[in-house]
Amino acid sequence: MSMPILSLDRVTKSFGPVTVIDGVSVDVHPGKVQVLLGENGAGKSTLIKMMAGVYQPDGGRILVDGREVVLPDTRASEALGIATIHQELNLVGSMSIAENISLGRMPGRFGFVDRRKMKEDARAALALIGLDLDVDQHVGTLGIARQQLVEIAKALSLDARMLILDEPTAALTNREIAALFRVVEDLRARGVGMVFISHHLDEIAAIGDSVSVLRDGRFIAEVPATTDEDELVRLMVGRDIAQQFPRRREYAGEPETLLSVRNLSTKGMVNDVSFDVHAGEVVALAGLVGAGRTEVVRAVAGVDPYLGGSVSVRGKELPRLDVGAAIRAGVGHVPEDRKVQGLVLGASVNDNIGYATLASTSKAGVVDFAGQRSRAKGVADTLRIRMRDLDQAVGSLSGGNQQKTVFARWILAESSVLLLDEPTRGVDVGAKVEIYELINAITAAGGAVVMVSSELPEVLGMADRILVMSGGHISGELDATTATQDAVMSLAVRDVQRDREDQQMKDES
Amino acid sequence: MNTVAVRKPATGGTRITKFLADNGALVGLFVLGLALFIATPDFLTGPNLLNIGIQASVIAVLAFGLTFVIVAGGIDLSVGSVAALSAMGSAYMFSTAALPGWLALIGGLLVGTLAGAVSGFAVAFGRLPSFIATLAMLSVARGLTLVLSDGRPIATSPAVSFLGSNIGPLPMPIVVLVIAGAVAALILNYTVMGRYMYAVGGNTEAARLSGIPVRRVLVTVFALSGLFAALAGLLLSGRLDSAQPQAAAGYELDAIAAVVIGGASLAGGVGRISGTLIGALVLVVIRNGLNLLNVSSFWQQVVIGVVIALAVGIDSLRRKTGNH
Repeated sequence: MSMPILSLDRVTKSFGPVTVIDGVSVDVHPGKVQVLLGENGAGKSTLIKMMAGVYQPDGGRILVDGREVVLPDTRASEALGIATIHQELNLVGSMSIAENISLGRMPGRFGFVDRRKMKEDARAALALIGLDLDVDQHVGTLGIARQQLVEIAKALSLDARMLILDEPTAALTNREIAALFRVVEDLRARGVGMVFISHHLDEIAAIGDSVSVLRDGRFIAEVPATTDEDELVRLMVGRDIAQQFPRRREYAGEPETLLSVRNLSTKGMVNDVSFDVHAGEVVALAGLVGAGRTEVVRAVAGVDPYLGGSVSVRGKELPRLDVGAAIRAGVGHVPEDRKVQGLVLGASVNDNIGYATLASTSKAGVVDFAGQRSRAKGVADTLRIRMRDLDQAVGSLSGGNQQKTVFARWILAESSVLLLDEPTRGVDVGAKVEIYELINAITAAGGAVVMVSSELPEVLGMADRILVMSGGHISGELDATTATQDAVMSLAVRDVQRDREDQQMKDES
Repeated sequence: MNTVAVRKPATGGTRITKFLADNGALVGLFVLGLALFIATPDFLTGPNLLNIGIQASVIAVLAFGLTFVIVAGGIDLSVGSVAALSAMGSAYMFSTAALPGWLALIGGLLVGTLAGAVSGFAVAFGRLPSFIATLAMLSVARGLTLVLSDGRPIATSPAVSFLGSNIGPLPMPIVVLVIAGAVAALILNYTVMGRYMYAVGGNTEAARLSGIPVRRVLVTVFALSGLFAALAGLLLSGRLDSAQPQAAAGYELDAIAAVVIGGASLAGGVGRISGTLIGALVLVVIRNGLNLLNVSSFWQQVVIGVVIALAVGIDSLRRKTGNH
């Protein structure tokens, strides 16, 4: 076998007392796609940050071309031909493709940018991956998939011979994924080594060569990419799926309709969506990214406006675009991105838990500090939020505990309709199960849960009913006990709009 | 990610270091006072300290109001102009409109509150960046001051002049400073609205999704800033017994300096009234000390600039090293 471009040799990394990577070895060979597989929090991100020079290992060695190296920063790794394509792309949206590709090293002449050369360089870089775009176009006007390809072109123009692709498919459509994979195939043929991270197991067989499985920061196994998915899951999780999703239906009361959404339409994203959610029930909104699931949830929560339709809780219609009214009616919203939308990271756990209930528990506008604190303490203990004390800044908690803090806010507000948008994203395995148990507890107490999730096993494991969305429509409803991943996926890719047009044409002819 | 910040349990030594690090401005003020005490016998005398208090009162009251805005993630450049407009408005109500003195005082406060609320509406509903909205208000308020006064000073009402007088040995500006500070701290720390300000400044989107009425919070912080600016303007005119058309010009910069020296972050979500008070005192004590030491006022500006840069620089360095 060829000499690896890069090897991590029993590297270890700790943050304070927490060891996040413990003696992991990975080799990246030229012309091979090395897949890193593991649950969120397994240490994949830390590992690639060590490859990229963002973090330095506390123990073990990094070898490039067989020689031990120290990568003090990203410049050092880039100089060795290692480039990272991050999930959050490093492009300046307001600048042209050409400018982005030559950012930081614009060709100059007497201090002026040599625009002609810059554009030529950019075209050459795009040609490397068979991309034909107007290099004067602003990057911000491109779709995410195109932007990703521009970033890859940029990396290649920097003579990268190893690419780290961190969940490159997460925000892409199937067609875009296929285009990306053609580029990857092409790069592989040209001897570029790649590290590939994805949560979609089907992609591993499609594009990978070899898979390094991580669990809780430890190396578990290296297996060929052709290994079947069940085996990969077993390696990754270390137990059966059944234990992973402990859904219990313990509500014995009346299946009262708590949330009723009728003919909901938003500008450009949601199209005539209607559904009910009953007490004691978990309804999953499944579908691809961009299918309109998040938009439905945000409209229901009063966060975004909607054009038509209505949202009622317990039969009472909610005003549009009024978060406060939704909260008073019993709606709690755990948003998609807890760091950007859910939490004030610099504020304490206590404050973050209390935001939705500060006003309703206050006396004459003055905060009931003692009461608020004891209530926050109570709910934090119930949810087992691991923190130093209530005054710890929420930004310094782990992902799972941050997410539990958002949940705690709505538990305190006694919300009975919970809208959970990707509730376990970026949450470690242990906390994931705790969140599922929380969902069980909420429904057992007669609450209703709407769960948006892109993780099919989670959808199948935790939901009672599955509504699949596609292109802003609900393309079908499935009973979770009988649904399969395939059934969900085929609904998720169904083009409802076109089906209707076909039907119309058939009717007309 | 799993970047769990772990703090070592505080032993005696580190607890002191932590206190010093968390209260850099206070330490700076203390060191400054000590240095001036050694450098000149004139510093630590009763009359001089009262003098410092009087000088600090206008800046500190302006800065208290500004602290609300900065905590909520905004900026208010108009406080100096609004102070002048409020004082002039009050003097106009008394001298020209012949309102009773106490009513003219309240009228002045209302003028400032209204001007602030207008900026607040522009930010909250007009979606203007606060920098722009208050830059506009800076110009509008100063212009209205000039229109109202025709460019000439107007005599203040007795009620306003009282704010600039003494009760026995105690100057009223210091009394006003203390009361205004206490009220501001009360609002920021103990009311629901105050806690909302921190949330909005820390993360506007998360605040909105938690049901916090973000727009109302924004209008409130600017209205409060206007109210405190008006109070500062009345203090200033009360001391002179007349409202000056060019009063408090450029004071907004001193007020911003006081707030940031006091540890607030212009990014929002962080700031305390006590810090702002210390920041204002640092500025005034430096000026006072340099005056006592016969340093020219030209050089004073240089020194003040360096102090602002140092204070904020040290503060952000401290945050970066994770001592926060």
